[in-house]
Amino acid sequence: MRKTVSGLLPILIPAVSLAVLLAAVFYMQPRAMSYTGLNLLFNLAVPIALATIAQMIIMAVNDLDLSIGTFVSFAACVTAVYMPNQPLVAILILAGAVGIYALLGIVITLRDLPSIVVTLGMSFVWGGLAVLILPAPGGQAPVWLRALMVSKPPLVPMAIVASVVIAVLAHLLIMRSTFGVLLRGVGGNSRSVARAGWSVLALKGAAYATAGIFAVLSGMALVGLTTSADANIALRYTLLSIAGVILGGGEFVGGKVSPIGAVIGALTLTLAGSFLSFLRISPDWQIGAQGGILIIVLALRLVINRRSPQEKTS
Amino acid sequence: MSETEAVVSIRQVRVEFGAVKALDGVDFEVRPGEAVGLVGHNGAGKSTIVNVINGGLSPHQGEILYEGEPGGGISRARAHGVRCVFQELSLCPNLTVVENTRLMHAGLKGFGWRKRAATLIRARMDEVFPGHGIDPLATVGSLSIAERQMVEIAINFLTVTEDPKLVILDEPTSSLDASLAEQLMTYVRRFVREGGSVLLISHILGEILSTSSRIVVMKDGRVVTSRPAGEFSVKTLVEAMGSVVKETARTASSGTASAEKVIALVPQGGSATPFHAARGEIIGLAGLGGHGQTRMLLDLFAESSSKWFPTAAKRMAFVAGDRALNGTFSQWSILRNLSIGNLPQLARLAAVHTARETAHGEDWKARMGIRTPDMNNPILSLSGGNQQKVLFARALASDATIVLMDDPMRGVDIGTKQEVYATLRREASAGRTFIWYSTEMDEVRLCDRVYVFRDGAIVAELSGDAVSEENILAASFSGEAA
Repeated sequence: MRKTVSGLLPILIPAVSLAVLLAAVFYMQPRAMSYTGLNLLFNLAVPIALATIAQMIIMAVNDLDLSIGTFVSFAACVTAVYMPNQPLVAILILAGAVGIYALLGIVITLRDLPSIVVTLGMSFVWGGLAVLILPAPGGQAPVWLRALMVSKPPLVPMAIVASVVIAVLAHLLIMRSTFGVLLRGVGGNSRSVARAGWSVLALKGAAYATAGIFAVLSGMALVGLTTSADANIALRYTLLSIAGVILGGGEFVGGKVSPIGAVIGALTLTLAGSFLSFLRISPDWQIGAQGGILIIVLALRLVINRRSPQEKTS
Repeated sequence: MSETEAVVSIRQVRVEFGAVKALDGVDFEVRPGEAVGLVGHNGAGKSTIVNVINGGLSPHQGEILYEGEPGGGISRARAHGVRCVFQELSLCPNLTVVENTRLMHAGLKGFGWRKRAATLIRARMDEVFPGHGIDPLATVGSLSIAERQMVEIAINFLTVTEDPKLVILDEPTSSLDASLAEQLMTYVRRFVREGGSVLLISHILGEILSTSSRIVVMKDGRVVTSRPAGEFSVKTLVEAMGSVVKETARTASSGTASAEKVIALVPQGGSATPFHAARGEIIGLAGLGGHGQTRMLLDLFAESSSKWFPTAAKRMAFVAGDRALNGTFSQWSILRNLSIGNLPQLARLAAVHTARETAHGEDWKARMGIRTPDMNNPILSLSGGNQQKVLFARALASDATIVLMDDPMRGVDIGTKQEVYATLRREASAGRTFIWYSTEMDEVRLCDRVYVFRDGAIVAELSGDAVSEENILAASFSGEAA
């Protein structure tokens, strides 16, 4: 019994935080409790959730990606500029970018470089490329992408459906598949993965490539929502994605991640912004207040984790 | 008795780590249905031979044959059914037992692998450790150390696509209690009867004697004896591990130690013997590596300093064993590495007095014989031994009266060692106390008094002429099961 509770705990805290925040929003603004209201609240959570999953995959192998924000911006620019008229070019560029991500993972492992430094450097590269592709805000969303993002499924708004689909897919990939087991194994104890005869190099390359794919999807989803792009459109995503993973029960080291938690974390962060607007807190204070919410939730997690039975001896 | 029969055989293998010869032309083989016990003291080459066999380390010379085929590398070794339970546990703590099973066995794939893995591992755990009570779906991090060890053992005895042919058990019972250890040994005997092979390393000689069919004794990177287990007793085994050459006269000069005690502890951590140290004494902490010596040093050090207001002026100084990890500042010059230990004395108005610092550097360069043309060269320009001299100088230059040393002479050449030993003697005569954990017998014999550790506790206190290799070996290896 105790085991099942402590097993659920990492996912329980972010879920409860989200529910509490949602209840507060509904209390202040009952009109948000509707199909359109929910869609508006969570619309922008979809690209953030995708970026958070990308970050989570990198964090599962004990690395950190500081270039997610600029990379998502780059992917958004490519989508907005090339996807409507030259889809083949767009797909080639995005596939090449995913390839570069795989290469980064390989170089980081091979030369034993700190991922923070490499990705920080790459963030300037992606930012520069984005400006080259789209010097001024503009471009347009491909019709099918726009249609997908604004579609109105019955009963449940698109934003919620998309979030659930992302969470389930990521859960299957990272928590259930054998590939996911190996990835988290690299984060937990890469030496024992190597001792079991696996190539850590290939695994890390694959992890980075998978993260690259999710980041590309994030950029595309963003364009579908905003209908145009800008080289700086997603700069906030770097920190948001890290915060989302941590909020969702993930940890910086040790391969402890939770895809469902990460999506919930991304939703919570999005909602926190709306919540503060409803509170009529001036935008000057919002970022600080958002940080405050983050600290409260994380502190809560620490307190609860300390209280739960400590079976670990090391 | 043809050569091809051996599960693994290594011939004339040499492995060197810098100046240290870890394996010096070793011939070794394990045949099917054989349980080989491997014993030897620290640095005898046990771990190295394990790493060569499991493919993790390629020898600098010599060849490895798996079932008669030459090979190397981890995947080749695994393909021939070589499995290894490591001394330091090697499971992923963030994964469940089932997921760790999958990690070790690439054969578990496709739909429903979780269910199959769970069935397999549960069955094997029931077989090896009946009544274990471990849930295969539990995260390894939530298990106790003993449970983790049980899981790792069971995973390595598992058959998924191929049978394990040789299972290497490196101190498998170190965290198991007596009844679990007995369950394991019973299983190992049955595994061997059914044609499997086991290579068993343990500091509990009773286990080795009762389980192995053949015992190999290693010393200084060589195999010194390989005979059927029946020909050994605990006593003859300990003798075989000792030096072949009669030991030289002890160079330790007693009499420098005064009666004034600087540390006196009540017996703790299951030790029967209290620990105490007197002014001017050199005290050795001996025993096999990792049996609580470093823990003891760290505890002593932690107790001497305030947790709230750490200051540089301490009663104790610590000389770290792992230079790269917690000794040197690798980007700094030799001088800075030395002077960091007592900046307050070298400072004027909270700024470092350069002239004083340089003089300090030159002084210690001469006293320790640090071989460098210029103290401003980077620390990494020095050889390992000279880097260690700098760390010693840092400790000695402070006003600490007690110096703790965590196996600091690892991988240092013999000439440098002699110089440092002389310095230690000199400083001890001047009234400093040294507490010295060493894995090398020659160093332990330099000490005035020696505490021997086993399983985290002090099991023997030797002083004066009783400090001999024979006595230390006898205390480090326990005769019967723990």
